[in-house]
Amino acid sequence: MGLIEAILLSIVTASTPLLLAASGELIAERAGVLNLGVEGMMLIGAVCGFAGAWATGSTAIGALCGIAAGVALSAMFALATIGLAINQVAAGLALTILGTGLAGLIGAPFVGENIIAAPHLWLPWLTDVPLIGKLLFGQDALVYLAIGLIAAIAYVLARTRTGLILRAVGDDPASAHALGYNVAAIRTLAVLFGGGCAGLAGAYLTLAYTPFYAPGMTAGRGWIALALVVFASWRPGRLVAGAILFGAVSILQLHAQAIGLGVPSQLMSALPYLATVLVLVLISRVRRGGSVAPAALGTAFVPER
Amino acid sequence: MNKAIMAALVLAASCAGLSAATAQDKPDSKPDKLKIGFVYVGPVGDFGWSYQHDQARQAIIKEFGDRVETTFLEKVGEGPDGERSIEQLARAGHKLIFATSFGYMDSVIKVAKKYPDVKFEHATGYKREPNVSTYAGRFYEGRTIQGTIAAKVSKKGVLGYIGSFPVPEVISGINATMLAAQKINPNIKIKIVWVNSWFNPGKEADAAKALIDQGADVIMQHTDSAAAMQIANDRGIHAFGQDSDMIKFGPKAQLTAIVNNWTPYYVSRVKAVMDGNWASQDVWEGLKDKMIQMAPYTNMPDDVKKLAADTEAGIAAGTIKPFACPIVDQDGKEVECKGGDQLDDGQIRGMNFYVKGIDDKIPGK
Repeated sequence: MGLIEAILLSIVTASTPLLLAASGELIAERAGVLNLGVEGMMLIGAVCGFAGAWATGSTAIGALCGIAAGVALSAMFALATIGLAINQVAAGLALTILGTGLAGLIGAPFVGENIIAAPHLWLPWLTDVPLIGKLLFGQDALVYLAIGLIAAIAYVLARTRTGLILRAVGDDPASAHALGYNVAAIRTLAVLFGGGCAGLAGAYLTLAYTPFYAPGMTAGRGWIALALVVFASWRPGRLVAGAILFGAVSILQLHAQAIGLGVPSQLMSALPYLATVLVLVLISRVRRGGSVAPAALGTAFVPER
Repeated sequence: MNKAIMAALVLAASCAGLSAATAQDKPDSKPDKLKIGFVYVGPVGDFGWSYQHDQARQAIIKEFGDRVETTFLEKVGEGPDGERSIEQLARAGHKLIFATSFGYMDSVIKVAKKYPDVKFEHATGYKREPNVSTYAGRFYEGRTIQGTIAAKVSKKGVLGYIGSFPVPEVISGINATMLAAQKINPNIKIKIVWVNSWFNPGKEADAAKALIDQGADVIMQHTDSAAAMQIANDRGIHAFGQDSDMIKFGPKAQLTAIVNNWTPYYVSRVKAVMDGNWASQDVWEGLKDKMIQMAPYTNMPDDVKKLAADTEAGIAAGTIKPFACPIVDQDGKEVECKGGDQLDDGQIRGMNFYVKGIDDKIPGK
């Protein structure tokens, strides 16, 4: 395996959890709900995904457990912010704190346990094609799932009636309500979808990335996913680009160090974040940069009776 | 909206303080019960650094039973968080506090001045007060053994090293590895990647992959998770565990591991407080005193096993000196030998240069 191929493979692995979590958050935000609890949902997904795979020996069941855990946690958030119209920022932060604590509690017996890593796809001949073989046909199943997911999201948002309704709820919930759509139900579904994606993103860490569980192993990836949504100015295509960029910079800086480029490693570690800030600045200079920020993002909607 | 954000922040702050609040004294605890506090930089389940400190805490409970009451705070950030946590423990009536990361140093000194009747133990620091002791392990002794083994088992002659932060403790580990490896293979190469974190499994795994992809066939780490060990096992190469025996994560990969054993020291310090003869001191122990131990030598030929065991015995006996003079830095300049025939402790503890043969630069230098 050549170095370039190896680097590309690591970039895909590094980008996948970010893409998964950010995809879910994109949908929630497009429906007008800002859920800052992504890190907490990822953590709970990480531990439950691990627990599921550990108990059954199946990666697929592990992934489902991760999704279920994320959905369950986001249901609490939906109840608070949509049902009770509690402030979304406050509830989201509380969700991360809750998720962190809960994951620690659930995860205690699993620390130091081992599972088999998620299997990688292998197609005869195709996977053996140099350079692109492993990249295209040799990833673990969750990578393809993430790619399929974001493609579906892009299609649904842009081309379908469902997408139109979702965007309407995020931009102008009052009008959507007046047209007869159930804003609360649509927003709840969007939040649950976001929770499921975040849970799966967390499970990716314990099932594929490093097949063991340790407390706090998301290490801030949930916050990066949140930033990616803004970075992508709420557009799926840019979300993919952002996730790959972030993954690439974080992998390339490690390779640059191993080669011995002599650039301070502290600066290298900060590069992905600096890149994010830079792109945000550039985007904002291009007259809103085609941003489709939902107009009602972060505001609760309570229909008047 | 603003009010709500304020409320959220207050909530977040109080939740963060909640774990510390469990340290509040119980009204019915007897005054003769010694309350001992522990501050960990990582999660106790990191299976590395903080895990080993917590093993020692559990040993204290086993040893003293009802005569002690322990509280631990995990994942406490270095800086303001550390200071707040340490002070909270002191205020809550803990008479002996173990602060177990280098970055707590200034916080410990500051809090210690405010609470002169509380005894503090700070791991890996160098600042002391009448009520602050410091202690650390001579981790570099373990690195000397690892360097020896690595040079023997590496087929490509390229070692991969995952560093946390470029502080002297880590630098001296890299140098000890290199000096020992050069004795076996004068042309050995070492590739170093810094992850700027003590605990970030994903990043440690990525660093291990990057090193292996660039040709390293033995991985060593100065970070706290077992991620690199797992990658090495997966890729069919060798690695060393760090802080704890990580054989579980790399049954085919682990050659040995540096195991930090804090128990004897912790028990002796608790006893000293109980007997009323605790005094500020600076302890730096290694293989000889068993503060550092080596996990079983595995996945290597018998002759290498024997060489490793001999090196271990030699260091413990003092016949093998990891930093024996002359030592030449990477610019070709001979390092002043303050300790006679080896570098003195001060030079090792403040090490901020690479030895000859390391083709890299210390970040920030």
